[in-house]
Amino acid sequence: MINSGAKILLEVRDVTASVAGVEILKGINLTVRAGEVHAIMGPNGSGKSTFAKLLAGHPAYDLKRGQVQLEGRDIFTLSAEERSRAGLFLGFQYPVEIPGVSNGAFLRLAYNTVQGARGRDELDPLEFDDYVREKMKLLDMSPEFLDRSVNDGFSGGEKKRNEILQMALLEPKLAILDETDSGLDIDALRVVAGGVNQLLTKDNAVVLVTHYQRLLNYIVPDYVHVMDGGRIIKTGDRLLALELESRGYEWVVDESQKKAVTA
Amino acid sequence: MSAVATHPYIAALLAGSGDLPKSPLAWLNERRGAALERANALSVPTTRDEEWRFTDITPLTRLRFQPVAESPQLAAADIEHHYVPEAAARLVFVDGVYAPALSEVSALPAGVHVSTLSVALESDGTRLAPHLARHAGLEQNVFTALNTAHLREGALLVLEKNAQLAAPAHVLHVATRKDAVAYPRCLVVANAGSECALIEDYVALTADAYFCNAVTEIAVGPNAAVRHVRLQRESTAAFHIGTCAVNLAKDARYFSHAVTFGARISRHDLNITQDGEGAQVKIDGLVLISGRQLADTHTTMDHAQPHGRCEQLHKCIVDGGAHAVFNGKVLVREGAQLTDSSQQSRNLLLSSKARVDTKPQLEIFADDVKCAHGATVGQLDADHLFYLKSRGLSDTSARNLLTYAFGAEVIARIPVRSVANRLERTVMAQTQVNL
Repeated sequence: MINSGAKILLEVRDVTASVAGVEILKGINLTVRAGEVHAIMGPNGSGKSTFAKLLAGHPAYDLKRGQVQLEGRDIFTLSAEERSRAGLFLGFQYPVEIPGVSNGAFLRLAYNTVQGARGRDELDPLEFDDYVREKMKLLDMSPEFLDRSVNDGFSGGEKKRNEILQMALLEPKLAILDETDSGLDIDALRVVAGGVNQLLTKDNAVVLVTHYQRLLNYIVPDYVHVMDGGRIIKTGDRLLALELESRGYEWVVDESQKKAVTA
Repeated sequence: MSAVATHPYIAALLAGSGDLPKSPLAWLNERRGAALERANALSVPTTRDEEWRFTDITPLTRLRFQPVAESPQLAAADIEHHYVPEAAARLVFVDGVYAPALSEVSALPAGVHVSTLSVALESDGTRLAPHLARHAGLEQNVFTALNTAHLREGALLVLEKNAQLAAPAHVLHVATRKDAVAYPRCLVVANAGSECALIEDYVALTADAYFCNAVTEIAVGPNAAVRHVRLQRESTAAFHIGTCAVNLAKDARYFSHAVTFGARISRHDLNITQDGEGAQVKIDGLVLISGRQLADTHTTMDHAQPHGRCEQLHKCIVDGGAHAVFNGKVLVREGAQLTDSSQQSRNLLLSSKARVDTKPQLEIFADDVKCAHGATVGQLDADHLFYLKSRGLSDTSARNLLTYAFGAEVIARIPVRSVANRLERTVMAQTQVNL
């Protein structure tokens, strides 16, 4: 929901970044206010996932220029874990599997670590068990997922549910969901999107990184940004996503190149 | 003693073994005699021997060890924490000597026999003749020869045809004395269609140096299954050299879970021979060592017959200045068609002084087979670390958790819950994880 008076949660200014010496992001600007849903769309290789990982603090991505502030704090002075504790969340496109560690124990460790860092009470195993089971209902997840190893042998849909479950537990101010819709059948997509919608409040915000419009039928964006060549080349509302669905990305890319020539 | 040992160290270890009382069983005396002769002829291996390239046992040969004649008096309270609640039977050996007061063998299912070797040899020795000292080869292994030359006592598990022992039999070896040498021996005979689980556990109540030289033989009959958990938790000043020889008949199944935490220098040889068609094998190994420990694991999977399946996962976590060695031999003999054998060696080095030498050794003489192997030596995966840190975990906490998980993957597959829980706690303590 757009409220131009709402607090700015994320402010990205002229961000340029590289991976292994290759420049992937070439001047990104983005402002996300509390209560908003943003979608970043674009063809493969446009830099969407790089942008998501850079914000979360992946060590392979180097910031060359620019600034990112989370609620006014420069995130590049923070480590990945500090960003998470400060309220940034990345839902992974490919969540890693950790055989040997039970999902329940992992979720409790993450929850208590973040709670502790925010000066809130930690939960003992029994209290946490009750708490997490409530949250799992949001995502129609069976409690047996607590006993299994983290993401080990989970289907694509189960992994994505587990990501959103972590979002529910860590209560981020700003959640970036990277291709959360990929590999989901229509039923799983509905459940995952429903979970995200229930977590949205007027005080937090979500950035959806996606290749397809499909997810946006369920989580309705306030802004749709098109990314290409490491830049945001067009911004519109949800109708832009529908137009992209029917016409593809080429026309936006052409339009932006024409603009660049005339400029 | 008729022959004179070529090596003074072996001579010292053999001192008195020839004077031990003879058995009324001629075949047993013959096998001991042959082992004594072989031990005399062999030398102590050095790093010039291919099989011992990375494992220098000089520190072992610098010490003099004596067998213990009488069982030290231990109270159950001293070792109860090592008992396995799920176990159907327990045989306890203290410094190599059987401790009847600490053992418990009663109310076993029909067709299941758990006893000491000495009792079985007295009452029904001929039944053991086809197996005892028949599977563990001593031609090239001086330590197996030494063990066999001393063979008087041990643990025995026999399953008659189709007998089932769902709860495990627990063989607990407790070391208490400095400078003692023990020669644990274990024989498992699982006849056709039978199933059982065996836990061999080596623990210490002393932090001193001693020597454990163990031999286990397991014969798995047609369509029989044996689950075998082997825990080596000796004192970190001790020397442990153990061999396990497994013989598989047609459609036999054998699942091994070997965990190595202890000993200053240890060597574990697991030699599996697939003697019948269609046998199925899983070999899990976990080595977790630090300080100045050296742990050497040599496995041989001999597919001598067709249609064998084997899946092996061997993991080492090496910290401090410790050194892990793995040699995984997979032999597919001519005619062993449609063999499906895979081997993974995964190693984690936690310090710049930690070392691992890993070597897959595939020898394939059949043409219609599937054999895969892979080995990795390295640090923790950067993407895994990033994932955990993005959930708020500190760098140290994320590293510890991944190190724990690396070991826990193997432990979680151990089929005895209390044992797995205990080992998980050990690895948690070692990796400073609190789950």
